[in-house]
Amino acid sequence: MTGAAPVWTALCPLDALPADQGRAALLPDGTAVALFRLHGGELHALGNLDPFSGAPVICHGIVGDRAGVPVVTGPLGKQTFELATGRCLEDDTVRLPVHDVRLTGGVIEVSARRNTVETLVG
Amino acid sequence: MTRIRPPEGSSAPHPGTADARRLVVVGHGMVGHRLVEALDSRDTQRRWEITVLAEEHRPAYDRVALSSCFEGVDESALRLPEHDPGRVGLRLGDPVTALDRAARTVHTASGARVPYDALVLATGSRPFVPPLPGAEAPGCLVYRTLDDIEDIRAAAAGSATGRAVVVGGGLLGLEAANALRLLGLTTHVVELAPHLMAVQLDEGGGALLGRMVGELGVTVHTGTGTRGVATHARTGAATGVELTDGTFLESDLVVFAAGVRPRDELARDAGLQVGERGGVVVDGACRSVTDPRVWAVGEVACVEGRTLGLVAPGYAMAETVADRLLGGEAAFPGADTATRLKLLGVGVASFGDAHATTPGALEVVLNDPVAATYGKLVVSDDARTLLGGILVGDTSGYPLLRPLVGSLLPADPSVLLAPQSEGGAGAPPGGVGVAGLPDSAQICSCHAVTKDELTEAVTEQGCADVPALKSCTKAGTGCGSCLPALKQILEAAGVEQSTALCEHFDHSRAELFEIVAATGITTFSRLVAEHGRGRGCDVCKPAVAAILASRDSGTHILDGERGGLQDTNDRHLANMQRNGTYSVVPRVPGGEITPARLIVLGEVARDFGLYTKITGGQRIDLLGARLEELPAIWRRLTDAGFESGHAYGKAVRTVKSCVGSAWCRYGVQDSVGLAVELELRYRGLRAPHKLKAGVSGCARECAEARSKDFGIIATEQGWNLYVGGNGGFTPRHAELLATDLDHDTLVRTIDRFLMLYIRTADRLQRTAAWLESLEGGLDHLRAVVLDDSLGICADLDAAMARHVADYRDEWRGVLEDPAKLARFTSFVNAPGTPDPAISFAVERDQPVPVDLGLPAARAAAEVSTR
Repeated sequence: MTGAAPVWTALCPLDALPADQGRAALLPDGTAVALFRLHGGELHALGNLDPFSGAPVICHGIVGDRAGVPVVTGPLGKQTFELATGRCLEDDTVRLPVHDVRLTGGVIEVSARRNTVETLVG
Repeated sequence: MTRIRPPEGSSAPHPGTADARRLVVVGHGMVGHRLVEALDSRDTQRRWEITVLAEEHRPAYDRVALSSCFEGVDESALRLPEHDPGRVGLRLGDPVTALDRAARTVHTASGARVPYDALVLATGSRPFVPPLPGAEAPGCLVYRTLDDIEDIRAAAAGSATGRAVVVGGGLLGLEAANALRLLGLTTHVVELAPHLMAVQLDEGGGALLGRMVGELGVTVHTGTGTRGVATHARTGAATGVELTDGTFLESDLVVFAAGVRPRDELARDAGLQVGERGGVVVDGACRSVTDPRVWAVGEVACVEGRTLGLVAPGYAMAETVADRLLGGEAAFPGADTATRLKLLGVGVASFGDAHATTPGALEVVLNDPVAATYGKLVVSDDARTLLGGILVGDTSGYPLLRPLVGSLLPADPSVLLAPQSEGGAGAPPGGVGVAGLPDSAQICSCHAVTKDELTEAVTEQGCADVPALKSCTKAGTGCGSCLPALKQILEAAGVEQSTALCEHFDHSRAELFEIVAATGITTFSRLVAEHGRGRGCDVCKPAVAAILASRDSGTHILDGERGGLQDTNDRHLANMQRNGTYSVVPRVPGGEITPARLIVLGEVARDFGLYTKITGGQRIDLLGARLEELPAIWRRLTDAGFESGHAYGKAVRTVKSCVGSAWCRYGVQDSVGLAVELELRYRGLRAPHKLKAGVSGCARECAEARSKDFGIIATEQGWNLYVGGNGGFTPRHAELLATDLDHDTLVRTIDRFLMLYIRTADRLQRTAAWLESLEGGLDHLRAVVLDDSLGICADLDAAMARHVADYRDEWRGVLEDPAKLARFTSFVNAPGTPDPAISFAVERDQPVPVDLGLPAARAAAEVSTR
């Protein structure tokens, strides 16, 4: 992480996200994030490109948990990713980009990418 | 092929086959076929050239299943696997007429002379027709070959009296009687012995069988001989049968099933020793005692002074000879005449010393005429060792009792005979499990697999479930009656057979279905909170979503929280493709479509730039739609009268049809009309897995109905219903559930079949696998849906009625609800913007996805191929 203040991008009101489901949002640089709102109110934002197929579908995955850890399972190859870290449970070398998320006045905002993964295309 | 030279000193010649090369097999019945198969699979060095000379014009078929031809099974289904034509010269319709042992040559009817180094006689038996007056008259037939079946069919079709008489009340006689009954004739069976199946059964068992057969409309005359066949003065054809008690049975069709005689003429003429009651006398290796180059297997072999008319010992002989021809030391293990079968729907089993001929043997009998079951165990004089037994009516104890023959009884005989209160068919008798069996006990009698072989497969070879055991040992792949025992062996070896859905639920899908039904729970959140743990996953969420959809078909699958439970395709009511776009498949019931609607599909595909393809299910697939385009596409389609085809769901897909009697000159029923009706009735039905169906308008089966979960084939009288078929990874033919159903009975039976499947199947278990795992199998299914044996048919019928009443088009439900429409946007902050990560190229004038070629995707592909 650099020391510069993070840039936040406002995406949508909180109630645009149904609980325990994902939605995609477009970032200014033309890439997409998959936003998730868990039933307890927790928010997560990850890269929307499925690293195994290259298709923009992570937002369409099924949200759940593995031993209590919140995860999303991608809809094409059914690989499972931790929502907090982007780590793929089936392949430790693969990670989804993860963004910081915050709620400002009922609006969801994300920061620029927090973890960088060289294996991903920007 | 490189010939592998055997190491020095390993090729010691064995008598009679030292320079062996040419094997001639006379006869291509089940045993001859098995011999060739066994030899071919073991003779890796190609030491033998095999020639088979067959009398029949058909290659080998399953004679044991002959009667299924009268239950709608096509004769092609009876055919045994073809031999490798490069390995085996098979000459059909060219029977051997003489053996020249001096010249080591056989002569055939066509004049061919075929030399041999070793000769196997597998000529089987011929039906014995007693020398009675009139027994050779037209109308007198036998029951052994497919040709005989054709003759019986033809005679039944032309019968003036509508009555038939079977002479002989043994195994074959009762099969013939069933065939005649199915052909619609009033049937009588005449048996000289005091009761039916005198060879296998005692008086008590035979009496019960006789009573049950009588209830099916077959009249049984026991303790009565046949005096002769009356014939027509002018035509000479049979007109009736006169019995020794003076009864005259008017009938122009008489089937003799009074036993068989070995076909040992060739051997006799060639000077080979034959037994007192016929058959080629062979030693313990099935080799002729007269000529070491000649072997005999099956019903023509006389072993220890007798011939054996069952296929299992015949197979054992075939295996013995195959081993010997390759220099092995195998010996025929002796005849096991234990048998378990169904005759006219009545279960009959007999094993070991069933007639208590052992000195001092005791008999323990449980005869329950009310429940229509008869069981007898024969035990040693000290009542400690099981010697044999007979079961009629309920034969579920057979798989575990039979291996106990010769062993100490694990429980009191009366306990072992007691009816099973729990566990259903195949449950161990008297609560005695496989654990009580000796290691050498044969668990699977179809493939002769013993308990210790199975235990070893589990402990040494790591078989962890029943399917693994089946593929590893072949056990359970025959009649399936030992499947419960296989489960017990796994349990005994400490292999956990968990039915838990996933880490969030300890229950199986079927248990969750019952929980949902009993509690009325309608949300996943409540179900997981009250009956599970955690927040669910990609396994349990879609499974529960499907259960909820099956239970309350009135609720849309995208309502509220349900949208988030749905799997990849159900989530947007479309099939996600590899690049994240979707395909659209509108319903085309029965594959019937008007030109106007066909044009609409073309226009929609053109206007949205979709790739179009005809599917295997007689409809049209429009591919490449972006998520945000789906509502607009479907608005156009629903306006034109189209509905969701549920290609995306674990639901009823299509009912494929041929054009049937409306157009086809062979059609006997309106298959399109029925297919459309069924598809409309079951559309939207949510199930553990996808459901496919087909309706064929005649026996030519152009709709491939037998490869479907439920398939219907028209007959002259109505419809035959087949269930449990599928294509896919493990193709499987559907099995005949019921014949000649009228329209209403057919629909009601399918209703119940589907609802029972939905209630009890595992997650993602198609009907074929479900049927295979169903204890009691097809018979149990039949009892439940046709005879209401569980008393649940009213529930099943009501559930289907609810489904039919509640059906609404899922896509219309989306288009009418802004909340659901909001799901169909590319970006929550840019709803109409196409996702820049999706692009297309053009191939053969149509759009196709472009691979973005992610480095990670490439890396993953490389890893997986390493």
